[in-house]
Amino acid sequence: MKLFSTKSTALFGLTALIASTVSSPVLADADNNKLVIDGTPLVTDVAAPADSELDRLYSGWRFRSAETQSLQADDFENPAMPFVDTGADLWNAADGSEGKSCSSCHNDAEESMKGVRAEYPKWNAKLNKPHTLETQINECRETRMGAKPWKWESGEMLASTAYIGLQSRGMPTKVQTTGPMAKWHDMGKDLYYTRVGQLNMSCANCHEEQVGKKIRSDHLSQGQINGFPTYRLKWGGLGSSHRRFKGCMDNIRATPFKRGSDEFIALEVYVAARGTGLSVETPAVRN
Amino acid sequence: MMLRNVALSAVLAFSLGGKAQAENIAPTDVKFVDDTQVTASLTGVAGDPKAGREWYAGRKLGNCLACHVTSDLAEEPFHGEVGPEMDGVAGRYEEQQLRAILINSKKIFGDQTIMPGFYSLDVGARPAEKFAGKTILTAQQVEDIVAYLLTLKE
Repeated sequence: MKLFSTKSTALFGLTALIASTVSSPVLADADNNKLVIDGTPLVTDVAAPADSELDRLYSGWRFRSAETQSLQADDFENPAMPFVDTGADLWNAADGSEGKSCSSCHNDAEESMKGVRAEYPKWNAKLNKPHTLETQINECRETRMGAKPWKWESGEMLASTAYIGLQSRGMPTKVQTTGPMAKWHDMGKDLYYTRVGQLNMSCANCHEEQVGKKIRSDHLSQGQINGFPTYRLKWGGLGSSHRRFKGCMDNIRATPFKRGSDEFIALEVYVAARGTGLSVETPAVRN
Repeated sequence: MMLRNVALSAVLAFSLGGKAQAENIAPTDVKFVDDTQVTASLTGVAGDPKAGREWYAGRKLGNCLACHVTSDLAEEPFHGEVGPEMDGVAGRYEEQQLRAILINSKKIFGDQTIMPGFYSLDVGARPAEKFAGKTILTAQQVEDIVAYLLTLKE
């Protein structure tokens, strides 16, 4: 892979695009900006693990415009933060027949949830499959709290995964890919390289082979998921990685898998592993 | 009665663009010569470059600008960089080659290319129901885009 031979921080107005017709080829790679939030530096590029298909890993933050980047760099500007506040309220709110809240068992999330996001999806022997953060929350709600499970993309679920995820911000992504997780990792990898839909493309066609290039108005990143749930300006709200996977499959004119399906869980495992060592950025801001 | 129906369908066909569809070559019947050319027109009707320019830019049609910088369409925003620029493409390829690339680029460039086949049923897994068994473009749209590309000279 020689995709990152040149570095530039070019702004891509229409003028720049037209200019690119003269001096070819123009590769708009990841920029060199540094992400520091509240005085804490985050790792947005890191050497790829030995078995990686990529040379170097880059957070999607490095492919976004200066405006979008600055939204994430300041918690007072980050549009996801009001949802995080909701997540904090939900953490302490009793719900269900047992009259318990998350904090009844887990106390202070700032202590107990530190590092959790970085390790998910995580193997669960009882379930005999990996738990995502969403399925783990719902298991707690149903079995411990006697509460109804939240829908995958519901406001409550997104607020909670954003709040819990924030407690791991700055910690390196590190999901298990060996032992019982190997099967899930490999299933995700198969999906990643399978061409789908009428447009006949795989995840790798764009997010491995064309990284740094413009596709219409979008600047192709490595498709890393270290910032989910992410506030997407296009969505005007938070969304899960499974929602993003679905959006890509819709664009390729494929029948998407369902949120929470084994296929998307496997894909989440594999894509998370492709970002091993990148800082958790939850809640990230993207275009 | 029968005569009236024939006349009616003729009028309908005319109003739908005035082009008979019957002799179109089906996607599965396209003949590639030397894996580089499709010599026969898909429709027998000459391509219209003006219409082709429209299909080329249309986001739900060719959406060609998603990947190809094209100075002739500078008024349209967001030209992608995934594929080569189309400026001067008429000087680089013959009509028969352009037709072949549009129909199914994988026949020409190999399976690795990211470019979709625009008149091919050789698609990826799990096509959305809405698009299953359908080509991205119609035979005439392919001919029109070929005619448009032939106007892109240096």
